[in-house]
Amino acid sequence: MSEPLVLGIETSCDETGIGIVRGRTLLSNTIASSMDEHARFGGVVPEVAARAHLEALQPSIDAALAEAGVGLDDLDAVAVTSGPGLAGALMVGVGAAKGLAVSLDKPLYAVNHLVGHIAADILTPDAEPLEYPTIALLVSGGHTSLLHVRDLTTDVELLGETMDDAAGEAFDKVARLLSLPYPGGPEIDRAAIAGDPEAIRFPRGLSRASDLAKHRYDFSFSGLKTAVARWVERFEAENPADAQLPVADVAASFREAVVDVLVTKALAACADLGVPRLLLGGGVIANRRLRDVALERAGAAGVTVRIPPLSLCTDNGAMIAALAAELIASGRRPSTLAFGADSTLPVTEIQIAEAVPA
Amino acid sequence: MILAVDTSLGTAVALIDSDGTRRAEAATADPLGHAEVIGVLLAEVLAEAGPGDITHVVAGMGPGPFTGLRIGIAAARAFALGRGIPVVAVPSHLAAARTALETETGPFAIVTDARRREVAITVFDGADADGVPNILTDTVLVKAVDADAHLAGVRRIDVAALSAVDLARVGARALAAGRTLAGDEPLYMRHPDVTLPGAPKKVGS
Ligand SMILES: [Zn+2]
Repeated sequence: MSEPLVLGIETSCDETGIGIVRGRTLLSNTIASSMDEHARFGGVVPEVAARAHLEALQPSIDAALAEAGVGLDDLDAVAVTSGPGLAGALMVGVGAAKGLAVSLDKPLYAVNHLVGHIAADILTPDAEPLEYPTIALLVSGGHTSLLHVRDLTTDVELLGETMDDAAGEAFDKVARLLSLPYPGGPEIDRAAIAGDPEAIRFPRGLSRASDLAKHRYDFSFSGLKTAVARWVERFEAENPADAQLPVADVAASFREAVVDVLVTKALAACADLGVPRLLLGGGVIANRRLRDVALERAGAAGVTVRIPPLSLCTDNGAMIAALAAELIASGRRPSTLAFGADSTLPVTEIQIAEAVPA
Repeated sequence: MILAVDTSLGTAVALIDSDGTRRAEAATADPLGHAEVIGVLLAEVLAEAGPGDITHVVAGMGPGPFTGLRIGIAAARAFALGRGIPVVAVPSHLAAARTALETETGPFAIVTDARRREVAITVFDGADADGVPNILTDTVLVKAVDADAHLAGVRRIDVAALSAVDLARVGARALAAGRTLAGDEPLYMRHPDVTLPGAPKKVGS
């Protein structure tokens, strides 16, 4: 089977993603988001997300099939995210994927969400094939991970990850401190336009020499969030009640701290491991400042940066289908039906529950 | 044939003929692990039943703990989508009542665990003209310790595992009578546990 037609189901967070690919060709990337339902809570509420997945799945599958111009009978395989992610949300996708695969009597591939973010790159139209090894920096509201990718389907290593909040979560929390709406990323970006990124020197988490010994590639954003909160409190305490908080400067300086630590650690990994390639993925890549700083500093360091189209950087089912298509092309057997959702699935487990040959 | 799937308590899957004859059944009573077993149970039931067209999928809509309940509904809907056949939504307590009606006369209450020290209670009395268990009082959540007082003498039947065969049979009766027994929304019985954020907490300096 040279060009397998695969439908991918992704429900690890607040996006119900249905993707259809033929080999490395994207046919549909259909996404239903419950983001608006979470807005008034200031962050993703797992039970709200899971309920929304159940409602959105069938219409999303219908829409994806219509857009791709294929029928369910045409599929060669079904793929689904097994983890990592929100357990209750993941389980909706796993239940649906199993029901669909058994109904159609088609093979099912259970795959890793984070590796899916890397696989998104191969769907980029007219792109040169992904070269290995590459360092991958995945940044979203749910994860902040630095990976060493030697091969997409067989060899992905976790170099580091966040010890507390994901970078996207930090944006949401700081936005709340500044009375900006959810989701925080685009709001902070907007507020930062008129701000000076060097106005306030916020801390870079896990960047001191003593931290680097143990956490060279790990991230921490909760200290940064607290530092912003303290700065705002002190400003309010030291100024008259009607004084305007310099939101633009706070937003720009906070964003600079996040971007700086992300790019510094990613390029350190490139240098340490002698890998002159960096792949960016995850919804926070939509942040313009992050892309600009990464491109500029990587260029100076002789590192090539790849960024998939933003519609493939946020959580989606196409990347899940793409990863399964690569697994199929490399001769991997389908998963058994006996797997579950694994909210903390390690990145080394690229495919889950591969069947043993009879 | 009619397929039925329920994950409101354990995981239960069954196939019946449209006249109600049991063709195949597979279940686990484990109140967890629905996502792990649902595919295997579906495949087992299809294999056991042998050839034959499936015309409808009956989904047990709860009440039940949210996370598990949804898995069966998601699987039932996706299975139906794959075959291009309709889903018939049935409240899960109707399956338990259908089973109980084989021995019960007069009013009885189906009582299932709703977690958080609460139980879900539906009171039934016989079956109606269509052969669907007759609901005397709608499903309510009651503190487990208050359940007996709430029932005030109505015979109490505690149910820990459902028969998907009986779920399918209730669905078949509803289909034959052209009736709708439940909406698209699962019988969650509770709102998501969330509180609106207040003002940011002070961190002090
Ligand atoms: Zn993601």
